[in-house]
Amino acid sequence: MLENGKTVLEVENLTIRFSRYDKGLRKSDLTVINGMGVSVGLSELVAVVGSSGSGKSLLAHTLLGILPSNCGATGKIRFLGETLGPRELAELRGHQIILVPQSVTYLDPLKKVGPQVRNDRKDPESIQAQEKLFDYYGLKRETANLYPFELSGGMARRVLLSAAMMESPRLIIADEPTPGLHLSAAKKAMANFRAFADQGNGVLLITHDLELALEVADKIAVFYAGTTVEVAPVKDFGSAETLRHPYTKALWHALPQNGFRVYPGSQPYAGDDIKGCPFAERCQMAIPACGGDIPTREIRGGLTRCLQAV
Amino acid sequence: MATTGLRGIAGYLLKSLTRLILVLAAVSVISFVLVSESPIDPVKAYVGEVGLANMNQETYAKLEAYFGTNVSPAKRYLNWVGDFARGDMGQSLLYRQPVSTVIKEKFGNTMALMLLAWVLSGVGAFVLGLTAGVFQGSWLDRIIKNYSLVLASAPTFWLALVALMVFSVWLKIFPIGFSVPLGVSSSEVTIWDSLYHLILPALTLSLAGNASITLHTREKVIDIMGEDYILYARSRGQKLWPMVKGHVIRNVTLPAITLQFASISEIFGGSVLVEQVFSFPGLGQAAVRAGIGGDAPLLLGIAIISAAIVFGGNVAANILYGLIDPKIRRRGRDA
Amino acid sequence: MEATNADILSLPTKRAFNKRTLTISLTAFTALAILAILIGGFLSTEKASQTSFLHKNHPPGTEHILGTDWLGRDMLARTLKGLSISVLIGLGASAVSALLALVLGVASATLGGKIDSLVSWGVDVVMGLPHLILLILISYALGKGLMGVTIAVAITHWPNLTRVIRAEIIQLKSSYFILIPQKLGHGPFYLATRHMLPHVFPQFLVGLILLFPHAILHEASVTFLGFGLSPEQPGIGIILSESMKYLSLGYWWLSVYPGLALLATVLLFDRLGHLVRDLIDPHAAND
Repeated sequence: MLENGKTVLEVENLTIRFSRYDKGLRKSDLTVINGMGVSVGLSELVAVVGSSGSGKSLLAHTLLGILPSNCGATGKIRFLGETLGPRELAELRGHQIILVPQSVTYLDPLKKVGPQVRNDRKDPESIQAQEKLFDYYGLKRETANLYPFELSGGMARRVLLSAAMMESPRLIIADEPTPGLHLSAAKKAMANFRAFADQGNGVLLITHDLELALEVADKIAVFYAGTTVEVAPVKDFGSAETLRHPYTKALWHALPQNGFRVYPGSQPYAGDDIKGCPFAERCQMAIPACGGDIPTREIRGGLTRCLQAV
Repeated sequence: MATTGLRGIAGYLLKSLTRLILVLAAVSVISFVLVSESPIDPVKAYVGEVGLANMNQETYAKLEAYFGTNVSPAKRYLNWVGDFARGDMGQSLLYRQPVSTVIKEKFGNTMALMLLAWVLSGVGAFVLGLTAGVFQGSWLDRIIKNYSLVLASAPTFWLALVALMVFSVWLKIFPIGFSVPLGVSSSEVTIWDSLYHLILPALTLSLAGNASITLHTREKVIDIMGEDYILYARSRGQKLWPMVKGHVIRNVTLPAITLQFASISEIFGGSVLVEQVFSFPGLGQAAVRAGIGGDAPLLLGIAIISAAIVFGGNVAANILYGLIDPKIRRRGRDA
Repeated sequence: MEATNADILSLPTKRAFNKRTLTISLTAFTALAILAILIGGFLSTEKASQTSFLHKNHPPGTEHILGTDWLGRDMLARTLKGLSISVLIGLGASAVSALLALVLGVASATLGGKIDSLVSWGVDVVMGLPHLILLILISYALGKGLMGVTIAVAITHWPNLTRVIRAEIIQLKSSYFILIPQKLGHGPFYLATRHMLPHVFPQFLVGLILLFPHAILHEASVTFLGFGLSPEQPGIGIILSESMKYLSLGYWWLSVYPGLALLATVLLFDRLGHLVRDLIDPHAAND
C-alpha cells in the first residue's frame, strides 16, 4: 500500500477493557477505550489532546507495554508499514519506539544519571555517545555523576531526552512532557521534539495543553471519553468553522484568545456504558441517530466521528 | 566533594547518636522505676530466702542503696546508675555471683543464638519477600504470602514446642535442650557440640522472625514495582532480571536495612521464649528466672543489656543508611 | 493477510476472589467465632477444672475430642476456657492501647511543639527495649493478675498506632476542610472532635483490629514464661507452659491443639484487619 511508506505509526480500532469491582459486590469488565485510532507520518509531530480520563495516557501505555495487569487491549498497530503483534511490539520497545517521560521520578533515585541514560551499557562507544548527547543538549559531562535528586527541572528534562536519543529511535512518545514548566522552557522542550521529527521520524505528543500543541504539532488528534472524535491539521484550528466535531469546537472556544468560554457539562465517566457518540448528551446538535454507531468519516482532509459534521 | 560528603555523614551520625543515647538513658530510668515499684521487695526476698546470717554485709549495703525504702528514689537511681557505669552491676541474688559475671557468661550464648537466627531469617526473608513481590499475584507469591501469614500468627514458643517435639522427641535428630551435653565438663565441650545444640533453637527463632520481614519486604517490593522508574525501565524494554538486579534490589536495600535492624528487638524477645523452651542457658532464660525469683539486680542488668543491643542495632542501621543513601551522603540531610 | 493474533495486544490477568464479599463474610465469621469462644469458655469453666483419675492422659478420641491431661481434665474445655481468657485480655489490652494511641496521636499532632516531641520520645523509649523484656518488667512491677497483664500488654502496644494517627492528622491539618473552619475561628478542641476524629476513625478501627493479634500473642508469651496469670486462671499461655513438662512423654495433643487454636484466632483477626484496611484504603491493597 502507498500509505505504508509514509507512516511511522498507525493505530486502528484500539479497545481497552479493565476488570474491576463495582460499588456492589459484582465484578465487571469496563471498556475505557473504544475504537480509538491515530496515525503518525514520517517527519510528523502529532499531538493527542484530551482532558484527563479521555484515555490518552492509556494509548501511550499500550504502545509501551506498561498497561496495568488487570487491563486487556485489542486493536491493530502498524509500525513503518508492518503489522505488529505483542511480541514484535515488545522487541521494538526501548529501541525504535521510546518514551520520553514527564518527570525526574522516572529515574531510579539511587542510581547515577549516566548509567541510567546509557541503559547500563559500559562500552566506550556508549559512553562517547552519551557524552555527545549531553554536549548537544547543553549538559555538563559531570552531570553523569549526579543522582536524580541533584538535577534541576530543566536538567532532568534534557537527561530524559538524552536517554531516549541514545537508542536512535524512530518514534518518540512524549507523555505530558511539560507539566510545571514555564512557557519558555516548555517551548524549548517542544523545539527538541520538532527537530527530532524533522529528521524523518515521528513524535506522538500526549498532552492536555492544546495551546502548546498548536505551536509545534502538524496534526491534532482529539480524544474524548476513550475515543478519537477528530483528527485535524493544525491550520484548521485557525477558526471554529474549519473544525469538524462539536467537542473540538468547544475546545477551540475555551482557548484564551478565543474567549475562554467553558462548555457546560462534563466528560462522562469511562465506566458509564456509552452507546454511540460519547459527546451526544452535551451536544446542542445531537440527533437521535447519535445514539447509534458513528462511523469515522474523512472530511476536508481530516477525520471525525460526527454525523452532523460538514 | 569528598569532604562535604564526610561532614554530611558525620553530622547525620552525631545527630542520630545523641538521640539514641537520650533514649537509652530514659530506658534505664524507666527500667529502674519499674523494678523498684514491684511488690516483690528484693531486700526482703533476699533476706527471707537465705537468711541474714549468710549475707555478705557489702551485698546487703548495696541492695539497701539501690532498693531500700529509707533512701529517696532519685538517690537510689543515682547510686545504681553510678555503679553500673563503673561496670558494677550489683550482685545477683539467684546466682550468688556479680550480675556482670552472670551476664558475661550468658551473653555469648544468646549472641550466638541470635546472630545465627538473625542472619538466617534476614537472608531467607529477603529472598522470599523479593520473589513474592516481583511475581505478585502468581502462585509462587500466593504460597510465600500464605506461608508467612500463618507463620506470623504462630506464637514463637509454640513453634519451639512443636520443633522440639518433632525433631528431638520423635525423630531424635537434635538434643532436647541445654547449650552443651549434660555431664560433660566444659573443657571437653567441642565447638561441634555447641553448634549441634544451637541449630534447632536458632532455626526455630529464625523461622519465627522471618515471616513478618518477608511480608514487609514483599510490600516494599510491590511498591517499588509500581514506581515510575520501573514503568520507564519496562518501557525501554528492560528484561525482568536486569530490572530486578538494577532497580528493585537497589531500592529495596534501604527499607530492608530498616526492617532487619528493627527486627533485632523482636528476635531478642523471641530468644527469651526459645531459650525457655530449649532450656538454653542465655540471657533470656536468666531474665525469666530473675523476674520470677525476684532477682532485681539481675533483671535490671539484663534489661539494660537488651536495650544496649537494640541501641547497637539502631546505630548500625544509621551508619549503613549514611553510607548507602546518596541523599545523606551528598547532603548530610536527615533521611 | 494479517495474523489474527496481532489483534490482541495485551491480556488481563484474572482474579479469582471478590474482596468485598470476603471481607463481609470474614467479619461475620470473626464475630461469631469470638462469641463462640467467649460463650464456650464461660460454659466450660467447670469442666475445665474437673479432674478424673480414670481418664488421665487420653489421646484425642470420640469421648474427648482433644484428649485429656495428666489430671484427666478435658482438653477441649481447657482450650476453650484458656482461649476465652486470652481473648478477653487481648480485647481489653488492645482497646486500652488503641485509645491511648488515639489520645496521644491526636494530642501530639494538634498541639505540636513540646507535647509532640514528648510523645515521639515516648515512642522511641518504648521501642528502645525489646517488647518482651518490657512486658516482663511491667508484669514484674505490677505483680500477678489479670489487671497486671492487661496493663502490661496495653502499655507496650501503643507506639505504632500513635505514629499512624499522628501522621494522618498532620496531613489532614494542611487540607482545606480543616483550614477553612480554622479560618472561621474554631478552636483546636472543636477541630479535633468535629473534623479530625471522624476522619481518623477508620484508621483507628483498623489499628484496633490489627492490635488484637499482637496483644493476644504477647499475652500468651508472657504468661507462658510464668508472669501475669496464676494457674487458677488457665490462659492459653499457661496451658502450653504446663504441657511442656509432658512433651518428652509424647503427650503431643496437650501442646498442639491449644497452640493451633491460638494461631487460628490470631490469623483470623490479622486477616480481618488487613481486609478492612484494604476496603478503607484501596491503595494499601498489596495483598
